[in-house]
Amino acid sequence: MPLSEDIKKVLVIGSGPIVIGQAAEFDYSGTQACEALKEEGVEVVLINSNPATIMTDKEIANKIYLEPLTVEFVEKVIAKERPDSLLAGMGGQTGLNLAVELYDKGILEKYNVKVIGTSIESIKEGEDRELFRNMMNRINQPVIQSEIITDMESGKTFASKIGYPVIVRPAYTLGGTGGGIANNEEELEQILALGFQLSTIGQVLLEKSVKGWKEIEYEVIRDSFGNCIVVCNMENIDPVGIHTGDSIVVAPSQTLSDKEYQMLRSASIDIINAIGIEGGCNVQFALDPHSFEYAVIEINPRVSRSSALASKATGYPIAKVAAKIALGYGLDEIKNAITQRTYACFEPSLDYVVIKIPKWPFDKFQGADRALGTKMMATGEVMSIGSNFEAALLKGIRSLEIGKYSLEHKKFRELSMKELKEKVITPDDERIFALAEMLRRDYKINKVAEITEVDKFFIEKFKSIVEEEQRLRFSRIGDLDKEWLYKLKKKGFSDKGIADMLRVSPEDVYKLRIIWGIIPVYKMVDTCGGEFEALSPYYYSTYETEDEVEVSDKKKVIVIGSGPIRIGQGIEFDYASVHCIIALKKLGIETIIINNNPETVSTDFNISDKLYFEPLTEEDVLNIIEKEKPNGVILQFGGQTAIKLAEFLKEKNIPTLGTTADQIDIAEDREKFDELLEKLKISRPKGKGIWSVEEGLEEAKRLGFPVLVRPSYVIGGQGMEITHDEKELIYYLSNAFQKDKKNPILIDKYLMGREIEVDAISDGEDVLIPGIMEHLERAGVHSGDSITIYPSQNICPNIKEKILEFTKKIALGIGIKGMINIQFIEFKGELYVIEVNPRASRTVPYISKVSNVPIVDIATKVMLGEKLRDLGYGVDIYKEPELVSVKVPVFSTQKLPRVEVSLGPEMKSTGEVLGVGKTIYEALYKGFVAANMFISKTESTILATINDHDKEEFLPIAKELYNLGFKFVATSKTARLLRNAGIEVKEVRKLNEEHPNIIDVIKNGEVDLVVNTPTKGNDSKRDGFHIRRAAIERNIGVITALDTLKAMENVKIKGIDHEELDVFDLAN
Amino acid sequence: MKAKLILEKGTTFQGNAFGYLKDSIGEVVFNTGMTGYQEALTDPSYYGQIVTMTYPLIGNCGINLEDMESKSPKVKGIIVREKCSLSSNFRSELEIEDYLKQNKIIGLEGIDTRALTKILRNNGTMKGIITLEDVSYEEVKNKIEAFSNREAIQRVTTKEKYVIEGSGKHVAIMDFGMKQSIIRSFLNRKCKVTVFPASTNAEEVLNANPDLVFLSSGPGNPEDLTDIIENIKKIVGKKPIVGICLGHQLLALSLGGKTAKLKFGHRGCNHPVKDLEANKVYITSQNHGYHVNMMPENMKVTHINLNDGTIEGMKHNSLPIFSVQFHPEACPGPRDSDYIFDKFMEYAL
Repeated sequence: MPLSEDIKKVLVIGSGPIVIGQAAEFDYSGTQACEALKEEGVEVVLINSNPATIMTDKEIANKIYLEPLTVEFVEKVIAKERPDSLLAGMGGQTGLNLAVELYDKGILEKYNVKVIGTSIESIKEGEDRELFRNMMNRINQPVIQSEIITDMESGKTFASKIGYPVIVRPAYTLGGTGGGIANNEEELEQILALGFQLSTIGQVLLEKSVKGWKEIEYEVIRDSFGNCIVVCNMENIDPVGIHTGDSIVVAPSQTLSDKEYQMLRSASIDIINAIGIEGGCNVQFALDPHSFEYAVIEINPRVSRSSALASKATGYPIAKVAAKIALGYGLDEIKNAITQRTYACFEPSLDYVVIKIPKWPFDKFQGADRALGTKMMATGEVMSIGSNFEAALLKGIRSLEIGKYSLEHKKFRELSMKELKEKVITPDDERIFALAEMLRRDYKINKVAEITEVDKFFIEKFKSIVEEEQRLRFSRIGDLDKEWLYKLKKKGFSDKGIADMLRVSPEDVYKLRIIWGIIPVYKMVDTCGGEFEALSPYYYSTYETEDEVEVSDKKKVIVIGSGPIRIGQGIEFDYASVHCIIALKKLGIETIIINNNPETVSTDFNISDKLYFEPLTEEDVLNIIEKEKPNGVILQFGGQTAIKLAEFLKEKNIPTLGTTADQIDIAEDREKFDELLEKLKISRPKGKGIWSVEEGLEEAKRLGFPVLVRPSYVIGGQGMEITHDEKELIYYLSNAFQKDKKNPILIDKYLMGREIEVDAISDGEDVLIPGIMEHLERAGVHSGDSITIYPSQNICPNIKEKILEFTKKIALGIGIKGMINIQFIEFKGELYVIEVNPRASRTVPYISKVSNVPIVDIATKVMLGEKLRDLGYGVDIYKEPELVSVKVPVFSTQKLPRVEVSLGPEMKSTGEVLGVGKTIYEALYKGFVAANMFISKTESTILATINDHDKEEFLPIAKELYNLGFKFVATSKTARLLRNAGIEVKEVRKLNEEHPNIIDVIKNGEVDLVVNTPTKGNDSKRDGFHIRRAAIERNIGVITALDTLKAMENVKIKGIDHEELDVFDLAN
Repeated sequence: MKAKLILEKGTTFQGNAFGYLKDSIGEVVFNTGMTGYQEALTDPSYYGQIVTMTYPLIGNCGINLEDMESKSPKVKGIIVREKCSLSSNFRSELEIEDYLKQNKIIGLEGIDTRALTKILRNNGTMKGIITLEDVSYEEVKNKIEAFSNREAIQRVTTKEKYVIEGSGKHVAIMDFGMKQSIIRSFLNRKCKVTVFPASTNAEEVLNANPDLVFLSSGPGNPEDLTDIIENIKKIVGKKPIVGICLGHQLLALSLGGKTAKLKFGHRGCNHPVKDLEANKVYITSQNHGYHVNMMPENMKVTHINLNDGTIEGMKHNSLPIFSVQFHPEACPGPRDSDYIFDKFMEYAL
């Protein structure tokens, strides 16, 4: 059936800010869906609060609303735009929940909007535990038996019914503690007792244990005519018990015979038929490794992280096909985008192995509890493609950017076998390295498989890598012969990995490869195992005979992507990479992208002329460059991942477009940069290196407190802190020197001023500043974590003049051609520079959207030699828009046990939302609402614990809030302060005092907001840390910067409410 | 041990031999199934063929005694990118290389199977040799060209007629190299089956008075099987006839249709077939090098292949005759079209 006639205008709901568990994959699927809809002549109205996405570009949708993803605001958009249909399954769980809510509240009916794709009834059937379980029982599909238990007796009864062992999961525990596996009634009694106590609502979920079973996923598609296909199946290397988002996953399954494969395939199809899916669906199974017994874990009746992975693993565009199905097409009517000759109604056949490895944020969160479990903690992932398992795995490992090029991890060498065993039994992000170390010491393969419950097949593969590593370790480079090196390369060993083992440089191995002619060939990802001629320009490297890439002699440019999503380098960089490609394409230049992130738009093979799905290491990138011989390589849009390659490419005489490696070095090298600023007579807070606590104290005395301290060897905010007095400074310094005696600590005067940020483009003669952004929180909060306002509200004209002057001086002084990002502090009427990044920054997408300046497009043209003056957007500071936009950061700290919550110089946020309004207050309101941190109740209770430095500043804010109707709860000191000021306050006991104390107040939900200004971050032993964690885990907002609280108070005073607010279409 | 594959036009791939180390000649084909190597190895339809697996890792689950489609592997050889010597699956009983060695079949690993697949795709299936000797194409050219698979059916059909009792309909199976899963599919429907050798004459089959005659799958070119075609003609109109794969092609020829060789065949688990009557698409298991390219009179197409539009099923306008080109018995491959056996049963008297 062709396009349904009555679908003319479709509302697509995005997934909102990037948080753990909901990342860039929904930008990829949403963008694909919007394009598929537009292709059919359907008008697309998009709502998403996340400004860093490509889907919110005017090229992608017809109408774009960067508005909060709440029923109220979506209704406003519906009322204004009157779409006839809603496509629900593209915006992750957020989009799905919102669609259900709109339906349940009768809003869809009110505006006559019909849901296309999977119906709301079907969504509910897939999502609601009870409905789903009933359905599975009806169609004879086994599910994991579980029940919510509130008392010991019924727990014991249920456990004996389903049989031991059982998993105990307390609901809402602090820190995810208290669960466990009970092997018998005695153990159950113990764990349950603790579980009831720990659960804030006295509730525990009892579940039949399938721990150690294989976790297998199927990505399925069904059309409205009942045609079903399986796009891909995937096997989690980590067994059931570790969230699939935290598991290493391989596609297709490796240890399933046809019988098991088809058994689960048939089950998936039976399930989606019964539920009535119309579009994509993910089905997860637990499979007993010793029998045909299996159980359905859950389904996701929408596109998902797994569907994005499956799309990239197979070349099958799931979201696009799902969108077409929603419009009424049958699978047999949709063309296969890769072959252009066959139809979407077939099942991809892979002739390679795909591995996904999660990227965890533990490098940023040193104190975090790294143990993996049923709650996902990874912020992103890498995917790798190889001709064999080992190659895919090693490519994946080096794509992670954790400095690992083999399975060897030095830190595990120190551990005893017993310690290693402990490590692999309680898995964390580094388990694979611990496991490899055990194998290196000849621990039995069968036993490793037994204690880790990782299939022996995979252990054997790890072992074969370790054996080669050991052989290398006991060899010299002279022992390498052509055959051995070829074998190593075939198995995915990197030059660096080999060189490290042989104690030579990668260059030495590279030279041997060139002499022996061992260079990779590139194979195509074509969905069909080579059966049909394919047109997909999607490649991966392997060491085989035939190369399938046709190298053109056209003018071409390689764009280096930004790799996995991590804190500090998120989806914004994919946005910039994609826009750079689009700009190059428009100029008629052949575009090639290299990237390894399966979640992103940039790795959709439709975006560039060629996609190389490869690690972003020196060797892997060089191989492609040597093959393609591009006219230039662009590094500015791929974040630090790409910038890191600058020096290497320079050594290899490979032209980079725009800013050169030497120029990048000026900005990145502290000394050179200081020299430049000195020359330009631009002031910056001068850091001084100190080597001892005493020296630090002396310096601090000279500078005057507060002082900013940080390790000298890190870029960005890692390990940075503000200390307010001698005690804090001594604490910080003694800790820091204990950890690392070899490097100095840098100490700066902390300027408690206004932080200002610009993204600018320079062509070497002029600069264009699309917008000056003002940070709401004063300096000291990482720019990625502060609320950013554009256009700036409090910067006077002469400071703006100065900003332009400084930007020009720095950009021209360095010799920037392309993007530059500069952060300033305005302190007592003076402007200081605090940081310069010679590349696109996090704020580029948002500023592009609200200023209407296509920043990446202009920067790309400038990099190719065009002049700003000819590009139509003028030079200097671009005119300010009428609407005010506020970027509000969004955090995932709730999902990371034992991670500090309070804001500081280290970045912690994973995503951001935008609030757009006619005034700053409207924008702030929307931003707070979109970030889900606004306190809308009128009589809310605030728990306040304020440190001594902030008390004076806190009092007037508290007074205002009190006058607005807020109530206060506080511990003795803060309570006294408030009481003295005439504010009624309920006093609670401190953390270490008897119950009920401050933690109980939080646990019992007696407060709506916690305002806690920390004495010192990163110290998990302190009360404040526990208070903040308790609140965040109980879903209670935490504000740690008084500037944020003040802003919220101002919005409250203005009495802004969603009722009177407009929604704005940013595309027109 | 080093070995190479030499194709009939001279293309050579260098790899390593495993299994039974003896040269072997056959028709080189490729199979795109990601699972089911054991079923493929033992499927008699592959008799005379050297099968290239496009999925790179083969042997991961070993070999078990339950999933055999016939008593022994029928291929002339198997070509893989990488064989697994340390299988892992709860039912694994033998490693693939040992199984091949015991059954005197050579394997070739370590070649660029994708490059080979593309050659077969672009030039059509070709004869070839897996050889352990360091010979040139010229030296083996004649050997390769002399290879013929005309006798295939005699090698794979049952030697003796046999009966498996059942309480339901009586199905007479003409065994041209049948897969065990086909029998299982009938037995699951409580059928009594009588399996006849391929050369059994029509009278003997009719004398058994079956409710349904089933023409099985099997290897080779249907046009070579003139005696069998004549036999089938004698059954037409007397008993309901259904068939799969080669049986389907033989039925077409018996009724006056034509068959032809496909360039590189359909071998895999992912072929979309549209049931024109139900207007629904099923993903099917396929394994054939020939197809019906001209329909007999009075027959209509019931199924088509969505990839290339070839005929995948047909039925007679008035007589109880129905056949499909794909493999509804699956094994390997999707079980989505199991309903075809129910349809077969509707034809039974």
